[in-house]
Amino acid sequence: MSAVLDNPIHDEHEHHGPPKGIARWLFTTNHKDIGSMYLWFSFAMFLIGGCMALTIRAELFQPGLQLVEPEFFNQMTTMHGLIMVFGAVMPAFVGLANWLIPMMVGAPDMALPRMNNWSFWILPFAFGLLLSTLFMEGGGPNFGWTFYAPLSTTYAPDTVTYFIFGVHMMGISSIMGAINVVATILNMRAPGMTLMKMPLFVWTWLITAFLLIAVMPVLAGVVTMMLMDVHFGTSFFDAAGGGDPVLFQHVFWFFGHPEVYIMILPAFGVVSQIIPTFSRKPLFGYHSMVYAVASIAILSFIVWAHHMFTVGMPLFGELFFMYATMLIAVPTGVKVFNWVTTMFRGSLTFEAPMLFSIAFVILFTIGGFSGLMLAIAPSDFQYHDTYFVVAHFHYVLVPGAIFGIFAAVYYWLPKWCGNMYSETLAKWHFWMSFVGMNLAFFPMHFLGLAGMPRRIPDYALQFADFNSISSVGAFTFGATQLLFLYLVIQAIRSGKPATDQVWEGAEGLEWTIPSPAPYHTFSTPPEIK
Amino acid sequence: MGHQGQNRRTIAKSVIAVVAMFGFGFALVPLYDVFCEVTGLNGKTRGQYSEAEAGKQQVDESRRVRVQFIANNNESMPWEFRPVEFQIKVHPGAMAEVNYYAKNPTSKRMIAQAVPSLSPSEGTGYFHKTECFCFTSQTLEPGEEVLMPLRFVVDQALPDHLSTLTLSYTLFDQTEALLDVETENKNELAVR
Repeated sequence: MSAVLDNPIHDEHEHHGPPKGIARWLFTTNHKDIGSMYLWFSFAMFLIGGCMALTIRAELFQPGLQLVEPEFFNQMTTMHGLIMVFGAVMPAFVGLANWLIPMMVGAPDMALPRMNNWSFWILPFAFGLLLSTLFMEGGGPNFGWTFYAPLSTTYAPDTVTYFIFGVHMMGISSIMGAINVVATILNMRAPGMTLMKMPLFVWTWLITAFLLIAVMPVLAGVVTMMLMDVHFGTSFFDAAGGGDPVLFQHVFWFFGHPEVYIMILPAFGVVSQIIPTFSRKPLFGYHSMVYAVASIAILSFIVWAHHMFTVGMPLFGELFFMYATMLIAVPTGVKVFNWVTTMFRGSLTFEAPMLFSIAFVILFTIGGFSGLMLAIAPSDFQYHDTYFVVAHFHYVLVPGAIFGIFAAVYYWLPKWCGNMYSETLAKWHFWMSFVGMNLAFFPMHFLGLAGMPRRIPDYALQFADFNSISSVGAFTFGATQLLFLYLVIQAIRSGKPATDQVWEGAEGLEWTIPSPAPYHTFSTPPEIK
Repeated sequence: MGHQGQNRRTIAKSVIAVVAMFGFGFALVPLYDVFCEVTGLNGKTRGQYSEAEAGKQQVDESRRVRVQFIANNNESMPWEFRPVEFQIKVHPGAMAEVNYYAKNPTSKRMIAQAVPSLSPSEGTGYFHKTECFCFTSQTLEPGEEVLMPLRFVVDQALPDHLSTLTLSYTLFDQTEALLDVETENKNELAVR
């Protein structure tokens, strides 16, 4: 009986190409379409957040107040952080997951395609809500991306409610995306693809998805408490009513620390795919890589208070969080060792994905070391809330997460669109980004050690030179991203056709299908030996 | 499709995890309070101590503990607020009483709440208040001044290396938050 009913529905799904026009993008449930939309959305956010960063750097080019009001400057630092974290980096990785995970595990699509559509289309509304506050009376959020109470409750602009609902919506989107990834990886793998045969990108995303499911609800909880404090007279974070502002920091960083690994683990996966390809050797220490990622994820839950050493903790707390934090250096060291060892005596070539991956390994390690310096509780009292912290997290996020995304785009773009990008332009993009980024962020270490506080629109004269260097670097880095946009469009429209395998040393299921990847792949699961 | 059943189970488990973690975020609030109370971290002193319990304490004549008093106004709180004595010396186990002075210099009726904090936090478990103005909110008419009593006993079991305890009160303006409640209560009474 049910077979009769099933047939027409089933036939409808057997179309061969996408429908035309805007409806294709609005109603699509195809993982490749949704992946592309995520990536374009995140690039748009990257440019918007980048413009905010350049506003900050333009103001800081010279001491004194030149361009913007301090109030607006605060909105820029806040929105830059929020947009880059939630709008650029996280959606970019979800986009990569959408494109790659089904192709890497031999599945026809994501496990929950309709929900997939929904989790993407929530995002433009979430960020529309957030960005619209900039044009409202009282201005946008101005309390820093960490939105510490009571700055974000008692002293917040009225638009804080828009911010709260924006965070709720992007949280729902991330959670749905994560559930989808987990369901795809656990249930949709081709026969024979055991967990320990999965490509590392899939592994890192599986662990990231678990982190998302664990901590995004805590973020939703903390903004809900803020909402109740602001509008319903509760006192979660208000000392006068029996609450505690320090509680906010604990709950926020319980989310916040795993969040920073959410932004870096998929990048670990990306470079673990790319380095073996261009070294023409299998990845060194696959198992230890998996265990290292899992240990980093577990440790991320017990180190949150290293963000708040100066808040007034007992000595035991300072020591516990200091040593737990330093412990993370061990699995991270294992990973760096494995990447270097994979390259060791390999037959290396330096195409754009490899350049970005090598820069990732070197520069992320620098960011890791400054993180170790910050982990030392007694010296953190000196570095806390200075530009040293800004230098540290930009070193792990820009050449970490962002370079990881660039590397992934160069590596898989020929598979996505069927055309090669221009290697010459890509090398320009790499070197300009590399120089610009280091010029922008390296001097911030010195500024921070010399005592320049973060989140200020003006500064003492002795910081002027390093700040102007930093601004020049930031504008170099920013302008270079327009070149990236150009070369991606050029590749899609008129690049040379790519082969199916694309890269000489590339291995994995995604390289066995034609380039460009057909609209439907692996409708029958491949056989894994 | 065998996937659908599996997917449904995965979704169910994930949704349970999401709801549980959302709840956990809120559970952190009482957990934090309990943790602070047990360890004394954060200088949170405990609630009211019964007079009878306090009477059972043996007075330790052999040593004296210095207790210092501090008063702070939270931002935009216009009241005059200070301890009458800034420091006293007490024997552990002996009952002591001090006063805080408060005055509302404004031309409107105001409600305030004092929030205590004790330093060093190790001492919080040994500082018992039998009466404190911080247990309730304080309402002062325009220009009214008041002496607010604080009765306490330092526990005889206070560790020997603690010779000074510092008690700080921060006064918060609760007029806006509490005046509405008060008027509502009055209205309710009027209706009855």
